[in-house]
Amino acid sequence: MTWLTPTMQDLLLEALWQTILMVGAGAAVAVAIGLPIALLLYVTGSEGLTPRPWLNKPLGLIVNATRSTPFIILMVAIVPFTRLVAGTSIGTGAAIVPLAIAATAFLARLFENALREVDPGVIEAARAMGATRLQIVTKVLVPEAMPGLIAATTVALVSLVGFSAMAGAIGGGGLGDLGIRFGYQRFMPEVMATVVLILILFVQGLQSLGDWLVRRVSNR
Amino acid sequence: MRDIVDTSVTAIALSGLRKRFAKGDTTALDDVSLEVRAGEIFGIVGRSGAGKSTLIRTVNLLERPDAGRITVAGQDMLALDDAGLRAARRGIGMVFQHFNLHTRRTVAENIAFPLEVAGLPAAARRARIAEILPLVGLEGKRDAYPAQLSGGQKQRVGIARALASKPAILLCDEATSALDPETTQEILALIRGLRDRLDLTVLLITHEMGVVKAICDRVAVMENGRIIEQGRVFDVFTQPEQPTTRHFVAEVIGHSVPDSTLARLPAARAGDVRRIVQVIFAGPNSTRGVVSEASRYFGLDVNIISGRVDEIAGEPFGVMALGFYGPEAQVESGLNWMRSLGLKVTEIAK
Repeated sequence: MTWLTPTMQDLLLEALWQTILMVGAGAAVAVAIGLPIALLLYVTGSEGLTPRPWLNKPLGLIVNATRSTPFIILMVAIVPFTRLVAGTSIGTGAAIVPLAIAATAFLARLFENALREVDPGVIEAARAMGATRLQIVTKVLVPEAMPGLIAATTVALVSLVGFSAMAGAIGGGGLGDLGIRFGYQRFMPEVMATVVLILILFVQGLQSLGDWLVRRVSNR
Repeated sequence: MRDIVDTSVTAIALSGLRKRFAKGDTTALDDVSLEVRAGEIFGIVGRSGAGKSTLIRTVNLLERPDAGRITVAGQDMLALDDAGLRAARRGIGMVFQHFNLHTRRTVAENIAFPLEVAGLPAAARRARIAEILPLVGLEGKRDAYPAQLSGGQKQRVGIARALASKPAILLCDEATSALDPETTQEILALIRGLRDRLDLTVLLITHEMGVVKAICDRVAVMENGRIIEQGRVFDVFTQPEQPTTRHFVAEVIGHSVPDSTLARLPAARAGDVRRIVQVIFAGPNSTRGVVSEASRYFGLDVNIISGRVDEIAGEPFGVMALGFYGPEAQVESGLNWMRSLGLKVTEIAK
């Protein structure tokens, strides 16, 4: 274990923290913006509560375009926007901006699918009982979709861990970046193995937490 | 033209309803008119695709017709704005085939939903739930989730929820079609009991004539988006006019004698004829000894193949399969005499 010097320990801890920060902040933004987008996509869809093709089609197109762009390209392509939001185009803070954008588009679609899974009969019953559209969304749609929404968030978090490994390209740091710089470029396979192990445990932890939450809210 | 609708008598009046679905280019409703009287249980029966589901959904405008008028409790439904429609819907309870309960709400929370939507405060909601749970026999299930309930219990929750905001009208969309026969009878008895206790008007749709027979006062038969026959359940069952109606009625009354049995029946003697008929005994002469009278007066041999007594909407009636043997003129006179007594005589075989 000669490679695990105090300096390396600090580097690993710092990288872990950067990964948590990028994944956590990216996911928080993605949930906050992705859910409204998903609701908008759902209610304006052709089978939705208020079909609005002129809004639904362009919105779906933007989401798809964002999702189609490879993350590494998205990251560089939106540098001016990143500078506007984060004040800089390099570092962990700057990396959060493209991560949040990619995750938002990804999550919006996953959330939309979770909303579609809600039994239309329950929504129809709410209509028959004189519920307003807002009541249907807040009291029926979102609560009924909650297990699916949580499962989707878990999937997005795990994907974000993967995306965050590319953040090194704009100096975002993180475990993936550490693995590339030390494990690959400096020929330290022990560092690479450690990074991969930590990432596996990290992802496992996220998945277990997500599964546990889904079970808790399922009432089945 | 002004429709004259007496709200003290008519609960639901549908007139000239038309609805086409562009998808599949189908006509779901083709000039349908119907009146449901306050306090009655009105059944609409038909095969799947007959338009009955579309019809019941127009009553609370879950489905908007292309043309026609819908009057519920004296209110012109199609003239209402969004807020007015929501208020009107709160006066019309609806029960669904697949219950449509909120999976993440308990029994009490499900029943509370329409009250929440109407803006009732929490204390009033609790009071109403306590009032309604015993009415549907769910006292012990207050905090259970739907997944923990049987089909019959789920439908009880559905009924409790539909009645929570004290509607005068209850719509049942195939309410028992997902239940087993025993549970179906329980739920039907519950609906009838609630109608009696709460002065409800019930409009139900079903593909099972057994449901109509069990609780309906009047019935309409639908086919291809049209109502082909309607009337008092007893009359429709004992005097069906349309082939489709006869087919539906046969489901519950029992219609013909099995072919294997027919083959075993003795043939007529030389010079005589044989007529196998179904006789429905209903009306004032249904308790007379018609068979032995026919035998004596017309000199006929009568072979009793089957017979039973049944009840529709509280009125008893008998069904018999009989074989008449004798000279042709005598047999025909005998059958006509029975018809003249008001019995329904249908020939099954010669």
